[in-house]
Amino acid sequence: MSSLATPPPVEPASQHSWTVKVREAGVAALPPHKLLPDGQPTYVASWIYMFGVASIASLVVIIASGSILALKGPGWWHYTGIGHFFNSIHLWSVELFFFAMVVHLWGKYWMAAWRGGRSRVWMTGAVTFLVAVPCALTGYVSQQNFDAQWIATQAKDSMNSIGVGAFFNLTNFGQMYSWHILLLPTAVVLLVGAHVLLVRKHGVVPPFELEQRRAALATTAGEQS
Amino acid sequence: MSFLRPEDHTKPWTGRYYPYDLVKELFIAVGVIALLAVLLTVLLSSPDEKPSTIAQWSQQKPADFVTAAVKELDGASGTAEYGPPYNHSSKSVQHFLLLHPQRWLGVSHPIDTERDFVVGPLETIPNDAALTAALTQYKAAPEKQKKEWAEAYAKPLEETATAEEEKKTPPATVSESNGAVTVKLSGDAGPVPVMMSSLLALAKSGGVDGSLLTSRQFFQTDYTKPLLFMADGGLLGERAEEQHLLGKQWGLMNETGSYPGQPWLWLYALWYQVEPMKSSPNADIQVLLIMSVLSLAFICIPFIPGVNMLPRKIPIYKLIWKEHYRESGGA
Repeated sequence: MSSLATPPPVEPASQHSWTVKVREAGVAALPPHKLLPDGQPTYVASWIYMFGVASIASLVVIIASGSILALKGPGWWHYTGIGHFFNSIHLWSVELFFFAMVVHLWGKYWMAAWRGGRSRVWMTGAVTFLVAVPCALTGYVSQQNFDAQWIATQAKDSMNSIGVGAFFNLTNFGQMYSWHILLLPTAVVLLVGAHVLLVRKHGVVPPFELEQRRAALATTAGEQS
Repeated sequence: MSFLRPEDHTKPWTGRYYPYDLVKELFIAVGVIALLAVLLTVLLSSPDEKPSTIAQWSQQKPADFVTAAVKELDGASGTAEYGPPYNHSSKSVQHFLLLHPQRWLGVSHPIDTERDFVVGPLETIPNDAALTAALTQYKAAPEKQKKEWAEAYAKPLEETATAEEEKKTPPATVSESNGAVTVKLSGDAGPVPVMMSSLLALAKSGGVDGSLLTSRQFFQTDYTKPLLFMADGGLLGERAEEQHLLGKQWGLMNETGSYPGQPWLWLYALWYQVEPMKSSPNADIQVLLIMSVLSLAFICIPFIPGVNMLPRKIPIYKLIWKEHYRESGGA
């Protein structure tokens, strides 16, 4: 049979197909024009909007530089110039990530960006910030230098005081390295993914209506009735 | 509209849209952030202070090392008295009201400081008749006798350490010469002086570092024992103070050198600077509980009366959407 031949007809999938249900739910929630829009509402015109994408861009640079460090192993950056270079990129992209995320969160707070059924957008963003904190902490204690020694011996008391130290041992390099390069980054990426999809689903929160405008609309509505 | 229950008038946007390339924006943002990270790297690099080792500690501060070691032997060190998850002591066990999670979770990383930090490493030293005899005498003695020997040896060392800490003239009972420590004893220390002398020599050669790491298996990534042993001494703290990393220096959010560290932990670090946490033996659990409540509140801001109304009451939004309001007349 030629590769250009018409493929055999496929029986229509059953209404009970899980695959069909997931696809239909996905497309209903996020049709392509919402998932990857080619237009933005005109009110999205402030420098504050840059910090959301700056957070994601920083995360991309963190993962790229962290992947290079992980590929070469945890000791590499201590004894090679190029390794130290990538470690520095990793450090500064983390600082930029937190800076951008904090400004983004403050911006969204003053916009009350949870309005219009967007509370889950706020909540996923807040949880992302909170999960990113231990992600960074495990990085600091995985550095294999004096910083790591001191931070691990001090922070262990906090973890131990609430019992977490029983299964999350900051002085165990192997365990912290696993959390830092796999478990916590995966959680951050999944949370950011969920956050972005929710933003795409609900759209960027519109501005508050000004009081005088709302009053005018209410008067107009009253006269018409 | 009430202050506690804000009405939500937010409607889906039905106004104008402008052309926008989402994918292109992401690529440009990644490029800009990568360039910024490279620029900061070229200008500022990143810190990498070499780690301390037990060998360095014993070479640079032999009296401090021996003081810590003898306290490990008689169960008076920070680690020996810590409690869960390392042992069943209680000095560092924290609680808040009826919450005792540290005790509830139990001993998950058992450490016997006498065995793991002193006797075990000494047993790895071969062909030393004096040490073998000292260890045999020590191990055969009753617990009360062991403690008396260790305390007799520890007393002048601790008096010296306390005097140095308080910047007073120390008693002339402890002296360092060529890396060796001589202790003038006022009581019977039995085999402890021989044991301490051998442990100091082993530590200087790097033998204690190795012994504490390879105690379970050849491949090892768990540094709990060497780190806790070193934390019982003064070297780590001394270096940390020089690098402004102590708790009283807001060290929790600092990093070696003048690097920014973890400034996002500022609120966490703040609680340790204020009473009652500042002087409380339960400061860690108190601060973590405060931060847990604040974190939960942070996630739930959309539902917290008052907090969710502030953005409407304090019109920073008029600055954010200045263009929009000007163009649409408030629509």
